[in-house]
Amino acid sequence: MPRPQQWGDDDILEFVTLKAGGQSFCIEITQIREIRRWTPVTALPHAEDSVLGVMNLRGAVIPIIDLAARLGLGECDASSRHVIIVVAIGEMTVGLLVESVSEILTVEGKQICEAPTMGGRDAPNSILGLISIEEGMSRILAPEILVPRGLTDAA
Amino acid sequence: MARDDLRATFFAECEDLLDQLSEGTQALEAGTAEDETVHAIFRAVHSIKGAAGAFGLNNLVTFAHSFETVLDRLRSGALVLDTDAMHTILRSGDMLADLVELAQAESDEVPDAMPGILERLGDLSGVSEPEPALQGGSADGEEELFGFAPLALAPIDLDEAGPAEPEGYRIRFATVPALFRHGHDPVLLFSHLAALGDLETHCDVSGLPEAGAFDPDRCYLAWTLLLRGDASEAAIRDVLIFLDDFCEIEPLSDQNDLGETADFDVMGTSVRPFADASEARAAPAPEAIAPSQPPAGAVTALPQTEPAAPVEKATVEKQKGPAKPAAAMSQTTLRVDPERVDRLINTVGELIINQAVIAQKLIESGFASNSDIMGDLDDYQYLARELQEGVMAIRAQPVKPLFQRMQRIVREAGEMLGKDVVLVSEGEATEIDKTLVERLAEPLTHMIRNAVDHGIETPDKRVAAGKPAQGTIRLSAAHYSGDVLIEIADDGAGLNRERILETAVRKGLVASDAKLTDPEIDNLLFMAGFSTAEKVTNLSGRGVGMDVVKTAITSLGGRVSISSRPGQGTRFSIALPLTLAVMDGMVIRAAGETLVAPLSSVVETIRPKPEDLMPYGRDGHLLSIRGTYVPIVNLANLLGFTADYDVTPNNILILIRSEHSGLVALAVDDISDQRQVVIKSLEGNYGTIEGISAATILGDGRVALIIDTDAILSLAGNLGRDRAAIEETGHAQAAAMG
Repeated sequence: MPRPQQWGDDDILEFVTLKAGGQSFCIEITQIREIRRWTPVTALPHAEDSVLGVMNLRGAVIPIIDLAARLGLGECDASSRHVIIVVAIGEMTVGLLVESVSEILTVEGKQICEAPTMGGRDAPNSILGLISIEEGMSRILAPEILVPRGLTDAA
Repeated sequence: MARDDLRATFFAECEDLLDQLSEGTQALEAGTAEDETVHAIFRAVHSIKGAAGAFGLNNLVTFAHSFETVLDRLRSGALVLDTDAMHTILRSGDMLADLVELAQAESDEVPDAMPGILERLGDLSGVSEPEPALQGGSADGEEELFGFAPLALAPIDLDEAGPAEPEGYRIRFATVPALFRHGHDPVLLFSHLAALGDLETHCDVSGLPEAGAFDPDRCYLAWTLLLRGDASEAAIRDVLIFLDDFCEIEPLSDQNDLGETADFDVMGTSVRPFADASEARAAPAPEAIAPSQPPAGAVTALPQTEPAAPVEKATVEKQKGPAKPAAAMSQTTLRVDPERVDRLINTVGELIINQAVIAQKLIESGFASNSDIMGDLDDYQYLARELQEGVMAIRAQPVKPLFQRMQRIVREAGEMLGKDVVLVSEGEATEIDKTLVERLAEPLTHMIRNAVDHGIETPDKRVAAGKPAQGTIRLSAAHYSGDVLIEIADDGAGLNRERILETAVRKGLVASDAKLTDPEIDNLLFMAGFSTAEKVTNLSGRGVGMDVVKTAITSLGGRVSISSRPGQGTRFSIALPLTLAVMDGMVIRAAGETLVAPLSSVVETIRPKPEDLMPYGRDGHLLSIRGTYVPIVNLANLLGFTADYDVTPNNILILIRSEHSGLVALAVDDISDQRQVVIKSLEGNYGTIEGISAATILGDGRVALIIDTDAILSLAGNLGRDRAAIEETGHAQAAAMG
């Protein structure tokens, strides 16, 4: 299976795997700023459903997005057992609410499989590739699509 | 790259030099100039010319050269400063500023007025043709390219160097027997003076009587103070305002500085021209300290040897020391990238929030308020606040440059309209946030132009009204209970209320049978689409009126008000917050969410009586208040937090005023606090949200959104629609008429 072009065969890559909507996903570690416990957020008016609100990250106000809802996997009922992954997307800093963070995967570029395109409604470019793990596979997320539609227009 | 840096430095220096220039020309115009003033102007122009040559800015060099020639004649006494010459000098200063601006924009454009002014300068310089300055200028430039870095200090020029600036003042205090009885304490006065610069005090105790005759209520002492530094005479006079009659202030220049022939290098040490001399004199006697009590036995008096008697009124030109390379040490200000300061401000803001979070958590975990840790926390809070104030102070800038720019506006507007107007500014040292200084320029310009155009009458009308032909506009700034108060007052005809009302009625802004009080009529000026100018001049009345000014001020979190007395003039007052980084907010709760309303737009808060709430339409409500009806908006509903739009007497109503929708009441659940909040932008990480201007972080660490009252009101579109319709008719009519 051909590999996504952004990774070379011999690149050593690190991914953080996480669970959202019952599925395993992963994000390249260089994009992750920190991982925090869930704390209640301040709701934003007129925001789309996956935007839970904003929270205070040491003085910066960052939006929190329910990853499961964002990917169409149903809303996550946030509780203190949930985790927020703070990711940097371009100039923006965004928090992703996920069920849990599992482990750090170290893989070589050639271990990454291209994600098949199926034309599903949440498929377009949201998954960059797949990595086989013990319990099956983990989906590599494209952080750009995690920014809610409309946000980037407004900014 | 390095050249770009140099350019940037050049323009930054130019700004300072132009400030000095305009300060000097104003002093010339006001007649308060001293010999040194002309030299300072000359040096400023010369410095600009020199550096401009290095960058090949030929227009600038040519012009500066002609200007400089005239100034040179002026300082040598070959040119008499009459009204005409003064006028040319002022115009030239403005032109030089324009040219610098053009050069900065990398434009080679020659301003229309330049040939005319050059010709006038040519007349004044006594040379029929302006000298071919270009070659000379660029030659100068080559030379000075190497010495560019110390540009700020002074030009290095053998022939044209003026004597050193008076870097200080001598203040002589006569013995005032009743000094103490009048409640003055010299120590306080002197310590105020010491804050202005480097103060040296010498006490004359020769008036002290024998111990037996000593009257403790009486002051027997006289003082001579030497204040070094760049404090202005006005600042000194401010301190000594109540003792004005008893003290004598004179600048310390080489002339009156002990009559010593100071052989220091004019340029190189111009920073402290009299330091050498004074140190030499101070050496033999221990430095005296102002006594706090009259029995001042311990005070060593200095031999008062008439230090400052300048016997010969020598020509100022005598100081022409050999030029040494200027030492780069007079840099008293620090140029810092504003972004760094902003980052610091942000971090400190976070520190304060963090402190509040810790305090709250400690209280929650049961620490008594008198426990050790809470005491330490109080210290922490105190330090954090100190730090915040200090950091904010870095951003603070005096309004002086802004006010000086207004001088030019008045001059140009007056000239164009044939009015004789003088701008008197007060409180130039008042400091406000840098951003505020920048963003005030436009509204202030507009208001000043308005004052010249509409406020001040023509000279003959003024004379006919028994007023001096010259109109005065007073521009003042002062700190007032946490705000900065800026006032623009003219001594013109005052507002023509009849005409204002008539116009407003004609434009459909008020009902024709409305009975308005005088202040209400005055405030009509601020309504959108209002402009009283009977004919459209290119000064004011370009369709944009005072409503634009008001919007600009409001967007800075400020308020503007107006007062006027027929025949005596009009006064506009602007109250601004000290900084844009924090604001006063009212912390409110709506549908479980915490929000902050800017206090500046809150008119009042009301807990309504059931009988004051009137249903209106299908689901609207009106509040009956003092005989008028105000629409009520359920804030939580408006922001989409709840589908419930009902308003009950349990709600608290917050009356807010906006420029476009008038008074509206926001229904909220509760008001929990009123406090200063640190403003955090949402745009970086999220984007803009309708109805929300920014966010802040409260003591519990939670984010609270700050509502944008104007946007909130336009969100409540259906409420504003009727008014909007009226306004549109007004606009349409205005357009039809304009």
